[in-house]
Amino acid sequence: MSNRLALSDDILMKIEKPARYIGSEVNAVVKDKSKVKIRFAMCFPDVYEIGMSHLGIQILYDMFNSMEDVWCERVYSPWLDLDSIMRRQRIPLFGLESQEPVKNFDFLGITLQYEMCYTNILQVLDLAQIPLLSEQRGEDSPIVIGGGPCSYNPEPIAAFFDMFYIGEGETRYRELLNLYNQCKEQGLGRNEFLRRAARLPGIYVPRFYKVTYKEDGTIESFLPTEEGIPQTILKEIEMDVTHTYYPMKPVVPYIKVTQDRVVLEIQRGCIRGCRFCQAGQLYRPVRERDVDTLKKYALEMLQNTGHEEISLSSLSSSDYSRLPELIDFLMEECGRKHINISLPSLRIDAFSLDVMSKVQDVKKSSLTFAPEAGSQRLRNVINKGLTEEVILHGAALAFEGGWTRVKLYFMLGLPTETEEDIRGIAELSNKIAAAFFEVVPKEKRVNGKVQIVSSTSFFVPKPFTPFQWAAQCTKEQFLEKAYQTKKAITEQLNQKSIKYNWHEADASVLEGILARGDRRLSQVILKAYEKGCYYDAWSEYFDNDKWLETFEECGIDPDFYTTRERSLDEIFPWDFIDCGVTKEFLKREWIKAQREEISENCRLKCQGCGAMRFGGGICLEERGAFHEAES
Amino acid sequence: MKLRVKFKKYGPVRFIGHLDVMRFFQKAIRRAEIDIAYTDGYSPHQIMSFAAPLSVGLESNGEYMDIEVNSLISCEDVKDRLNGASVPGIEILSVKILPEGAGNAMASVAAASYTVRFRVGREPRTDIAAILPAFLNKKQILITKETKKGTREIDLRPGIFELRWQDDSFFMLVDASSAGNIKPIQIIEALLSEHGEALQENALLVTREETFTNLGTEQERRLICLDAVGFDALSEGEKRYEP
Repeated sequence: MSNRLALSDDILMKIEKPARYIGSEVNAVVKDKSKVKIRFAMCFPDVYEIGMSHLGIQILYDMFNSMEDVWCERVYSPWLDLDSIMRRQRIPLFGLESQEPVKNFDFLGITLQYEMCYTNILQVLDLAQIPLLSEQRGEDSPIVIGGGPCSYNPEPIAAFFDMFYIGEGETRYRELLNLYNQCKEQGLGRNEFLRRAARLPGIYVPRFYKVTYKEDGTIESFLPTEEGIPQTILKEIEMDVTHTYYPMKPVVPYIKVTQDRVVLEIQRGCIRGCRFCQAGQLYRPVRERDVDTLKKYALEMLQNTGHEEISLSSLSSSDYSRLPELIDFLMEECGRKHINISLPSLRIDAFSLDVMSKVQDVKKSSLTFAPEAGSQRLRNVINKGLTEEVILHGAALAFEGGWTRVKLYFMLGLPTETEEDIRGIAELSNKIAAAFFEVVPKEKRVNGKVQIVSSTSFFVPKPFTPFQWAAQCTKEQFLEKAYQTKKAITEQLNQKSIKYNWHEADASVLEGILARGDRRLSQVILKAYEKGCYYDAWSEYFDNDKWLETFEECGIDPDFYTTRERSLDEIFPWDFIDCGVTKEFLKREWIKAQREEISENCRLKCQGCGAMRFGGGICLEERGAFHEAES
Repeated sequence: MKLRVKFKKYGPVRFIGHLDVMRFFQKAIRRAEIDIAYTDGYSPHQIMSFAAPLSVGLESNGEYMDIEVNSLISCEDVKDRLNGASVPGIEILSVKILPEGAGNAMASVAAASYTVRFRVGREPRTDIAAILPAFLNKKQILITKETKKGTREIDLRPGIFELRWQDDSFFMLVDASSAGNIKPIQIIEALLSEHGEALQENALLVTREETFTNLGTEQERRLICLDAVGFDALSEGEKRYEP
């Protein structure tokens, strides 16, 4: 490996955590650049420790580097200390592996995991010395491609990208790269490559679509500008999740990152259909990985990384049909090797409590419930199939098992929410505390105490959810609701056992604007960035006043995107994308929500969401029972 | 059984801090499938101790860590496996078995030797060769050291065991014990400041060459390399060590 670093010793000695920028980690892939045709920079537009914790990038990194003609490298947002040095000294942003400027690569792929990273996309482009707008890029600029959950409404950032890849990355990249090679060999140029790429399934090229608006600001039409460019784009999906790419040798960072462990994705998708949840709709249908394959992966990845912890990943691990078998296996193997098991997203019941008591220190760990809403009525509205009875029973079991700390997650500002629902948050917290005193006799109480931590976030309606039509609260409404919650908690009998946290409202409002925004927002994002807004996802750097000022200067009313309730026939900026779930289904769910009616989960009864057309996963399983047959 | 591992650190990985080097080895030991011993308790950790922390940016040819193992094929085997699980820039130089009762790596450290050069363009105006003898003849070399509690005056002279200037480099052997650790930059700053010159920013290229333990006394030091207290193989007839 070359010892040449992109940054001088002087810079590396001056900045925080220089190890973020030197590459050369265990399992980082270094290739001979003279032997590859395509240089791909894969970027997570946030700081290294966050970006390195993301499984999706590791999967794509592994996939690209398994291709002989491709060398994929990683790029993250430089932290603010280095950022200012790079700007001052005109140092171009570089790939970690080769330490060479990204601007000389063929592709810059940017994963879009949350809306608040949008200005960081511009930071990355700017530092890379790549023109910020797609239309300004010439033949020598990399093709800038976006992917990930936020690309399901790419419109607010459409101007910054040459194309978006809609859906799961495993399926269509080879074709895209072949097309790129072909166009390059024939000297067809950037625009012609983009034109041809726009005809590939799953690829959206914004420049070939035109949007017209009605007088009220809503969309009148959204149409391709050329013959042969598809009107709708169906998401890409990997139906065989067992026989596809999975990184057996994930890169092992030197510094401590957020997810410093082996991550085993046990299934993709979720059967639950919570109406606020975007991931639950985007990744339909649920597809499970074969349990024997997972066991093999776990051992191999632990061996190849040396990590001391393994974590199961999925939207709802308890719904994985072979979970007990997998956990038994891991406990046996990991116990012997002093490896910790972490089990997020487990439903609290006798089984999970038993497992958790074996893999973690009960005294030190806390239990997490996510009722999301304080009353049964509102939980029916959001289709969160968790009842008070189940929560209290789970909590009682846990208290008997020795746990004394419980975390509760709620949302404020959900559609139809009333003051009573908000009081329900306090009352439920109180009942859980009461259950502790009921279940645990005085002499057995450690320090005599139970600790309930109730947290609320503010609800942000997202595209492709039944709540995509809903109005979002204003900042003032959000804060009033948080105040009501706080007040209600202080009125509870066990208020001393309950701690209440709430999120900031400003960022939730902006997130809502960006989430359901349209193309007209690109100019706002650009201008906000130019005023110095980036690292917006970091509350200490988020400058709401600057954003408000920018909206005003651009003559754009933020409320148009948030507080307005949309009519059922409105054309949404993201309607040209087909995520598998139909708009008709989402409408039905929106109407059912308002009637406080629940929908059964996929395993109990098919709701006809539209994902069955992919011909696999849960859609083909027998209903009404957990399947037990060997796969 | 305790093993003493000697390694070097160079190239880009010199920007990895001390705690991260420890984390690196914890993972490397798992990848290498070394049969390391763990502490008891609810969250067991590998039994491992490092000699002297190396500042970020420095290279070293003489770093040490001790590990405790349950079983062993040979020192050479451990060395090869660790190198197989390592990265360019961290290279295992030797593995030795420590005798019963040997002090741990960190407590054993008495001194370290360094080679120090000036970066090109950041050399001092002062003629080092001319001023060094007088500097070494001083009874006291007082500097102010910033600590968490404020500033403190310390005397460098007793901790400078050797200091030479040849071929445009310093060679120095200095106190590296936890009580009296001296950083090379402190000496060079003190030397130049005697002649009214300040060291330029990031002017030094420092390589730690070796880490020593003292088999003699405070007054009469007998410094030997940290791994000289260990031996290469198990005694005859005991080729494999099993607990």
